[in-house]
Amino acid sequence: MTDWPILSIVTFLPLLGALFIFLLVREEDEISERGAKFVALWTTIITFILSLFIWVDFDLSNPGFQFVEERDWLGGSIKYRMGVDGISMLFVILTTFLMPGCILASWTSVKGRIKEYMIAFLVLETLMIGVFCALDLVLFYLFFEGGLIPMFLIIGVWGGQRRVYASFKFFLYTLLGSVLMLLAIMAMYWQAGTTDITALLTYKFPVGMQTWLWIAFFASFAVKMPMWPVHTWLPDAHVEAPTAGSVVLAAILLKMGGYGFLRFSLPMFPVASADFAPLVFTLSVIAIIYTSLVALMQTDMKKLIAYSSVAHMGFVTMGVFTLTQQGIQGGIFQMLSHGLVSGALFLCVGVVYDRMHTRKIADYGGLVNRMPIYAFTFMLFTMANVGLPGTSGFVGEFLTLLGAYKVNTWVAFLATTGVILSACYALWLYRRVVFGELEKESLKNIADMNWRESIVLVPLIVLTILFGIYPAPIFDVTAASVENLITNYEQALATFDAAKVALHTQ
Amino acid sequence: MKSAFFLEQLVPASPEIVLAVVDLFFLMIGFYTKKKTTGFISTLSIIVLVLVGLLVVMLPEEASSSFDGAFILDPFARLLKALTYAASAAAIILSLTFNRRMRLDRFEYPILILLATLGMGMMISANDLISLYMGLELQSLALYVIAAINRDSSRSSEAGLKYFVLGALSSGMLLYGCSLIYGFTGATGFAEIASYVTANGGNLGLIFGIVFLLAGLAFKVSAVPFHMWTPDVYEGAPTPVTAFFASAPKIAAMAMFVRAMVAAFPAITDQWQQIIVFVSIASMVLGAFAAIGQRNIKRLMAYSSIGHMGFALVGLAAGTEEGVKGVIVYMVIYLAMTLGTFGCILAMRRQDEMCEDIDDLAGLGRTSPLMGFVLLLLMFSLAGVPPLAGFFAKFYVFLAAIKAELYPLAVIGIVSSVVGAFYYLRIVKIMYFDEPKDAFEPMPRELALVAGLSGIFVLGFFLYPAALTSAAAVAAKSLF
Repeated sequence: MTDWPILSIVTFLPLLGALFIFLLVREEDEISERGAKFVALWTTIITFILSLFIWVDFDLSNPGFQFVEERDWLGGSIKYRMGVDGISMLFVILTTFLMPGCILASWTSVKGRIKEYMIAFLVLETLMIGVFCALDLVLFYLFFEGGLIPMFLIIGVWGGQRRVYASFKFFLYTLLGSVLMLLAIMAMYWQAGTTDITALLTYKFPVGMQTWLWIAFFASFAVKMPMWPVHTWLPDAHVEAPTAGSVVLAAILLKMGGYGFLRFSLPMFPVASADFAPLVFTLSVIAIIYTSLVALMQTDMKKLIAYSSVAHMGFVTMGVFTLTQQGIQGGIFQMLSHGLVSGALFLCVGVVYDRMHTRKIADYGGLVNRMPIYAFTFMLFTMANVGLPGTSGFVGEFLTLLGAYKVNTWVAFLATTGVILSACYALWLYRRVVFGELEKESLKNIADMNWRESIVLVPLIVLTILFGIYPAPIFDVTAASVENLITNYEQALATFDAAKVALHTQ
Repeated sequence: MKSAFFLEQLVPASPEIVLAVVDLFFLMIGFYTKKKTTGFISTLSIIVLVLVGLLVVMLPEEASSSFDGAFILDPFARLLKALTYAASAAAIILSLTFNRRMRLDRFEYPILILLATLGMGMMISANDLISLYMGLELQSLALYVIAAINRDSSRSSEAGLKYFVLGALSSGMLLYGCSLIYGFTGATGFAEIASYVTANGGNLGLIFGIVFLLAGLAFKVSAVPFHMWTPDVYEGAPTPVTAFFASAPKIAAMAMFVRAMVAAFPAITDQWQQIIVFVSIASMVLGAFAAIGQRNIKRLMAYSSIGHMGFALVGLAAGTEEGVKGVIVYMVIYLAMTLGTFGCILAMRRQDEMCEDIDDLAGLGRTSPLMGFVLLLLMFSLAGVPPLAGFFAKFYVFLAAIKAELYPLAVIGIVSSVVGAFYYLRIVKIMYFDEPKDAFEPMPRELALVAGLSGIFVLGFFLYPAALTSAAAVAAKSLF
């Protein structure tokens, strides 16, 4: 098994499925649409199963990259390089794990152009997995930016009322952030002579240059993350995207920002990261408090969850930039957990949206009377979103706060208020939608979740509780790589400080 | 002995000689048979262009020159000539159905294209100010006539006239620049000028000459501030002619531009670099912003090509080998994208009428999925979104600009590419998000061929980019 290019297989298998649908499904009738759906479903399931082999064969004690592949590509030192380490491996699994659910969630809710829809999702899956596997900066950028095309189409073609506005905003916002990173990548190429991420991780960039490179990368990842104040594209994109699109957006695309900080900003530009950490803390704390307050006043369910995503990503950036073992591990865990929880919440909204075709909170109320299973599922994920102990949401928030406390107590204090605020908006949402009397005429005949919707949500429930009680499998994977990251970071800072001292004593 | 030596001298110029002779021969056939043989001549012209392209590729690889160094055939010229011939052949292919339907199938059409191509070959190989001007004028005069080929249409005649008047003006400036350069260096050959400048440095008179030369060259590649003719001519000329204007002449003019700057003035790069930086920034920004308001797709493509010339000039602005490599890669990819896009534009036909409004594309993704998909790929590629070919085009020119430390140029350029993305996205939006209009008539086979090939090229380019990039690297190396 080990001599197979397993990462390339996992990355490009969905593309193969997309090609298959593109070539074989010609008609637009019922049967061929079913065919397209099943091809997409089976492709994503097989991809998920194959990706599990990565986890099985993963060497937990090795902090470096594993399953490395290398092939000539652009000529010169820009090559096709793939590989995963403890930081990126779990994101690959998260992506492959969520995709079958996304396909299933779109089974009946998407009307029209099923074939194109499935192709777009499979292409998107390839590009997302590629982002986490790429070990070459140019290759990474290719995957990172390429994802915009299918997502733009998903929002624009199958989205809601204001889909055109939302898709343009999403595309242009993210593109503007990313192109500056492209220039930074080029500058790094001329400085270090390579775009090999493994080599760049040990390359020492001059301090003055680090600042500029850090800013350019920050522009890209902060938009993707998204951090306050460049988060405004997210609520629009979330609200207008179809359910599965929202799930992918919240669960995976947002994680690319956090992953980018961990993979590039911290290890490659350590001095600049240390300099800019206060800025990141400030923005994170503002994001946590401000967007929680904004979430409180939303009337649209999806928008509320979108703002809560921004707040939760604030915990991630805060944790990651503490550069403590707890903070970073917590940040990674929070990203994975948020991937499960926010994905599930969007699926929950999708369940009622498919029935009522409205996302307005005011149009609901008393759902518990007719949808007990739904009420239970929704409650569980609401609690996980709040960060109740016993759910995966708690572990991540607790660790990031712990890391923040070590570095700056005020940051930890202010961020903790965010936990309270998240309880306010999440529980209030739940009360307005699920509790109370079932008074609205339109809701009188609403049916509970069917088996297809349950199949999608059950694995998410299991994992949310499992990782809430027993998070060790995750930490085992990330520990070695995170430790390595922190050691290198501290070494780099120490060398820099020593150089500065030497300069002063001369 | 002397005659053998003379014949050997002609080998580098053999593609041009073949083209000239064949073209005159076709003119005779056409003249004596009138309209009957138009299709025959068109087909033969395509074949001749392909054969001449093969001939260029097969000529000996090392650089060789003839006519006392005025005409040079090096890897740079070989690559770009092959490309130009391919572009001209594609332009004739694109015109076949259209010209028949619009009753424009005059035998002069392929002959003029061959004549223009002959001029382009000379421009690419020109290593002397005089041969440069000769090639340029041969090309331009043929183009003025083709722009007005639809002589019953006032729009077409207007386009031809505008192009002619402004083109003559720019030729005048170019000539004035050439004479100043000659006056201050005492030479017309690029090699002699280069050695004079290396020995004596630049002086004010020479700089003036370069500025006028640049103005003329910028007009030919339609770079700002000499771009004014482009939208009007693109819109007024018959669409296959527009497709031709946007492809082959741009490549030849850019090649000539690069060679004139790099081969003749390598010692004062820092002087002309500033002008190119300005022209490049102005073109990118204007191309991006002015295209936003356009309703007519041909006008939109005009502004788009202005912008793209700006991007290609980013590579030249770097003034380095990497930069020239970037320009070559850019032009190859630009050519593929442009031809494909015009293939689709020529297929916009409803109830025996050509459609030129962007809104006519509404719902194309549903009414003709394949054409819609190809145009979608081309639009994203023109916008420079990875993993499509257009991204790699921008990648190499900006890579060179960063190496040359032209940071403001790189930042402004890349930001204007985001602005430019907006109008390409708008076309995607109209094709895929809007409600469909009536379907277009089925795409003629040769248009489908050109559009399909270009779609495959932009989509599959990332699989094996090394083929093009290494050829471009060899070509760029021969200039330094």
